Amino acid sequence: MRRRKLTNRVMGVLIAVTFVLALLPLFSVLWLTVKNGSKRFDAEFLTHSMKGIGATDAAGGAYHAIVGTLEQVGLATLMAVPLALLTAVYLVEYGGISRFAKIVSYVVDVMTGVPSIVAGLFVFAFWILALHQPFSGFAGALALTILMVPIVVRGCEEMLRLVPSELREASYALGIPRWKTILRIVLPTALPGLVTAIMLGVARITGETAPLLLTVFGADAINNDPFHGPQSGLPLFVFDQAARPNQVAVDRAWAGALTLILIVMALNVVARLAVRRRAAH
Amino acid sequence: MKNHLHHATVGLSAAAVAVLALSGCGSDNAASAGGQPSAKANCATGSIMASGSSAQANAMSEWVKGYTASCSGATINYQAVGSGAGIQAFIQGSTAFAGSDSALKDEEHGPADARCKSGKAIDLPMVAGPIAVAYNLPGVDSLTLTPSLIAKIFSGKVTTWDDPAIAAVNSGAKLPSKAIQSFHRSDSSGTSDNFTKYLTAAAGSDWTYGHAKEWKAPGGQGAKGSDGVTTSVKQTEGGVAYVEYSFAKNASLGVAKVDNGAGAVELTPDAVGKAVEAATVVGVGNDLALKLDYTTKVPGAYPIALVTYEITCEKGLSSDQLAVVKSFLAYTAGDGQQTLTDLGYAPIPASLQAKVTAAIAALS
Amino acid sequence: MTTRTADRAFRLTTQAAAGVVLVVVLAIGAFLVNRAVPALRADTANFLTETSWFPDQAKPVFGIAALAFGTLVSSMLALLLAVPVAVGTALFVAHYAPRRLARLLGFLVDLLAAVPSVVYGLWGLYFLKTHVNDVAGWLDRHFGSVLTPLHSSTGTYGGSLFLAGIVLAIMILPIISAIVREVFLQVPRANIEAALALGATRWEAMRLAVLPYGRPGIVSASMLGLGRALGETIAVALLLSTSYDISWHITQPGGATFAANIALKFNEAGGTGRGALIASGLVLFVITLLVNGVARAVVRRPTL
Repeated sequence: MRRRKLTNRVMGVLIAVTFVLALLPLFSVLWLTVKNGSKRFDAEFLTHSMKGIGATDAAGGAYHAIVGTLEQVGLATLMAVPLALLTAVYLVEYGGISRFAKIVSYVVDVMTGVPSIVAGLFVFAFWILALHQPFSGFAGALALTILMVPIVVRGCEEMLRLVPSELREASYALGIPRWKTILRIVLPTALPGLVTAIMLGVARITGETAPLLLTVFGADAINNDPFHGPQSGLPLFVFDQAARPNQVAVDRAWAGALTLILIVMALNVVARLAVRRRAAH
Repeated sequence: MKNHLHHATVGLSAAAVAVLALSGCGSDNAASAGGQPSAKANCATGSIMASGSSAQANAMSEWVKGYTASCSGATINYQAVGSGAGIQAFIQGSTAFAGSDSALKDEEHGPADARCKSGKAIDLPMVAGPIAVAYNLPGVDSLTLTPSLIAKIFSGKVTTWDDPAIAAVNSGAKLPSKAIQSFHRSDSSGTSDNFTKYLTAAAGSDWTYGHAKEWKAPGGQGAKGSDGVTTSVKQTEGGVAYVEYSFAKNASLGVAKVDNGAGAVELTPDAVGKAVEAATVVGVGNDLALKLDYTTKVPGAYPIALVTYEITCEKGLSSDQLAVVKSFLAYTAGDGQQTLTDLGYAPIPASLQAKVTAAIAALS
Repeated sequence: MTTRTADRAFRLTTQAAAGVVLVVVLAIGAFLVNRAVPALRADTANFLTETSWFPDQAKPVFGIAALAFGTLVSSMLALLLAVPVAVGTALFVAHYAPRRLARLLGFLVDLLAAVPSVVYGLWGLYFLKTHVNDVAGWLDRHFGSVLTPLHSSTGTYGGSLFLAGIVLAIMILPIISAIVREVFLQVPRANIEAALALGATRWEAMRLAVLPYGRPGIVSASMLGLGRALGETIAVALLLSTSYDISWHITQPGGATFAANIALKFNEAGGTGRGALIASGLVLFVITLLVNGVARAVVRRPTL
């Protein structure tokens, strides 16, 4: 008994330690980003673009990139979430052990291994070169969608499987058709988990540079229209500025990184609060 | 469920709106300040896209700023994506010109000429960028290296800073017995290509790895981009690397003097200019591709440099691109040259500048 | 609309979505093959066993051996480090921390996923690298003679596979932990309480009631994390010192991965170079396929 108690103690401590261990890098990253990013994280930075900013000018900002990122990620989410959610519903609720479901499920796994630059190349080759579409935020969103779909499918699939089958059976027993059961019972039950999965997907794509390079082209000026003309994005901005031999640019890069983290965190918070409010109803 | 999703979407868009609202309505910066808007600039209106070399990114920012200050009707969008990617984008017709750290190669000329339909693609040298051998040795303010020493350091044949071979050309300097940690680019780059071209030409017997955009010598450590290499040297006592001068300057690293056989030469824009003057044009007609003389023994010439080009169509640009390209490049080859030295670049020599200006005037 | 047709319509909609995903992946696969073949034809070395990467030479020489090695080693290391911590974290949040705090703590860990890979790369370069170098040096001095992988034959410890593995572990940790936590939270409370009532300690209740229940979820989440680690591009590109050889000395500078290699070489690649990089992307595709196949065989996840 004493040994069991001891094991219990030790494991309890170990588990608490893993939690602390997991949070250490978070605080370290945040600290470094805030420390380096706060130098330029100001109103000017948030409201101005890089248009007409010379190599060593301290001014300039990331407004154009913030707009670009929000639009590109927003569009990608709008395309990826319905596609991924429906696919997950199919795999969990209908697919069963059918061959088609097995293939799709396998293919989704493979999709998680698509290197991000390949997603960009693919969209570039098809959308821009073959279909003669212009560089645009939308083209970037297409590439991001490719990266987001597998994460969201896998996540949602996992969450839907967690819904106890008793719930479904009880619903069928009441004569509620399957599709209504899924829409009214299964999905709402899994909602917090689904939101986690979607937010993992959003977080995954928000920081992507490589697929954007080939699809949105990049820009220094503000372009509010995601369907026409080159756009910038925050990851591109961070990358470009971080690689310059001027301290003012490196400071802007860190401020951009800070902005990027804050945006993803804000989206996380808001999505969760929205779900919690729903759950409380 | 529709409702739930709707809520989530509302939440997401609310967040987006909140962020935008927080930042107010953004604006592009008012074109003003800086550069003397040269009224004589021959302005064009329209907008063009270009991409390529990151070695000329700083020069381009300054040029675009200076040019659009006087020509507000023009928009030039240059993205520093790397020379190779810039040339590919130009060939595919997405951009009006490409910035490149090396002139078009034979196998690139075919597709590039094809893009120019009626004409051919030409290389226009626009700015020279010195490559510094930057080191991190506290207490050593001045260090002189010969081509052969540089070759040996970057191929791992000289391994400590107090090696007699280094001491021999640095009489009086207190060299520590630290290990040399050399850093090279882990990404392919025009800087590596030009640096290894120099070593091949100036120290052939000690450098047997040829020249390429990829690093081929054994040993040393890699880092991505000039910024990555610079950061690594900065973090490592005993570290040494080849980077564009502007990076070494910005990180306040020591920069070695190079002795090509006519005495130690400090890296200054003038010294680079002298070396570029020794270059010969090898392009045909308006193609002004250069061949640098890396072994130059002109006194006071700093020999390790890269010349970065703008590549565009001699004939065959679409009419909306042509006017802007012509007017913008005329500015960069003219007044634009004056802003370069502050940024760690060297302007192209006057004789060459005249040829470049003539070639730009002939674009049609 | 009758219930039957409505049901059918909904089912078809979901099936169509799955079909779209399938088509996209097939299209990407076809595109990769199409672009890769000319480059593979031009290769004068054995694509599978060659370690170096010089596709734009007059005589192209390139192969994936070093890339495959580096990718697998760094990803496995990441998984090895991340899974125990992620499971521990999930257990802590779901069953050890006070109920009221659970969501908040879980959210904190999720925030790790909110950090973009560019930032992880910069953080690794500016901050973590020097610290990991110290750790690697210490490990080498104390265990290097016994465990050769920890020994650095060059005496330097910069951008190693060890460092890449650690950063990858941090990046995949929140992905694994978030999913595993949701799974653990679904374990019926009654099961745990029953175990406790029977005199089991808290840890035993975890071992008997929670962990077995979560096993398929853990494996599935790990696979998702592994996929991310295999394909991670920019953070690894910023950190690895990149050398194209196969060396088990994981603490010394060097190593290369598929995705990082694509990012490092793409900007300056010519025609053959791009094709070669795409061919390597195709191999990554296949490796993901194999790894997932193995994982599936191991889990045999129960279907509903």
